[in-house]
Amino acid sequence: MAGGGRREILSLYKSLLRESMKFPAYNYREYALRRVRDGFKAGKNITNEAEKQREVQAARESLDMIRRQVVIGHLYSPPNLVIEK
Amino acid sequence: MLPYLTHQYGNPHSRTHAYGWDSEKAMEKLDRSKKRHVITTQTEHKCVLDSCRALENEGWDITYLPVQSTGLISLEELEAAIRPDTALVSVMMVNNEIGVVQPVKEIGALCRSRKRYFSTQMLLKLWWSQDLWAQGHWLSICARARVRVEALMSGGGQERGMRSGTVPTPLVVGLGEACEIAKKEMEYDSQHIRKLSDILVHSITSRVPNVIRNGDTEHTYPGCVNLSFAFVEGESLLMALKDVALSSGSACTSASLEPSYVLRAIGTEEDLAHSSIRFGIGRFTTEKEVQYTADNPLWEMVQEGIDLKSIQWSQH
Repeated sequence: MAGGGRREILSLYKSLLRESMKFPAYNYREYALRRVRDGFKAGKNITNEAEKQREVQAARESLDMIRRQVVIGHLYSPPNLVIEK
Repeated sequence: MLPYLTHQYGNPHSRTHAYGWDSEKAMEKLDRSKKRHVITTQTEHKCVLDSCRALENEGWDITYLPVQSTGLISLEELEAAIRPDTALVSVMMVNNEIGVVQPVKEIGALCRSRKRYFSTQMLLKLWWSQDLWAQGHWLSICARARVRVEALMSGGGQERGMRSGTVPTPLVVGLGEACEIAKKEMEYDSQHIRKLSDILVHSITSRVPNVIRNGDTEHTYPGCVNLSFAFVEGESLLMALKDVALSSGSACTSASLEPSYVLRAIGTEEDLAHSSIRFGIGRFTTEKEVQYTADNPLWEMVQEGIDLKSIQWSQH
């Protein structure tokens, strides 16, 4: 799949963070936000084009997966943890 | 797993239609004497110890290797324990109560040099080898090709006759996917867990005196921290820390009131064993949660020697 330019990467990053914020479960939400940030930080300096495309594709799939998991999370929302008060 | 819990409901053993083929295909990702002596350790999981006891009733001889105060077995003692009629050496890789990691590479090498089967369970650490047998959420590895295993039960002959009973596709798909994720994320998650583990141990030990860490601090899984608090009763401490999910011992032994046999095996005194708490840290644990636990005002109370049983708790 073509694409994977800077604009798409930035857009993916913002979308991933935005979708991750929607997790009702504290631990999944925090993990997703941390993992997305660290993942993009680590991938910032990839020069190999093929590797970059692989990572971008993985990010697209992660976005789809997070969207699905957020829906599932809302089916039976857990109560807030003490740490969220 | 979800497609296999919703519209892809095929039985993987149905050979005649697409639903069955799809189900079977999805599972492919995860594929999978007279000697009467077994060697295991005193700190093995209860299920292994129980099986060994059952074998003993059938006339088998079991050697339960002792562990040092670090929780590690001695390779010399293991070598000395191997007999001509030893069928199997079974040592868990990571202890579920104190997190100690046994030197499985060295044990495996020793077993291979003596031509003995070595079986280890790695729930926490995934390691691919020649023969991989999956048992639900436990992965048992026999580090040798062509292991002749006898079926434990009879029935429909699934899993090449080894384990009869329709294989649960969604669960198998989940296990396979979990293995893949674990492999990819191992380093990242390890770093995170190690960082949190260090924060937890340092925060508590710097604030509270007389805290003992059970098990070797080097050869250990950082996500499983077992601490003993001298002069404090463990169950009261657990109840007092009711906002945090902790345990003393492991879930499997929580039904009994006896102190942990694992702690006893590493030489912990009885009253210290009663006041031990196990902290579990995973990839989803946050630094905030660890800080919350470590900053809990109860530690100060422990330090001042306040009897936690005398505290009047109010609802909030």
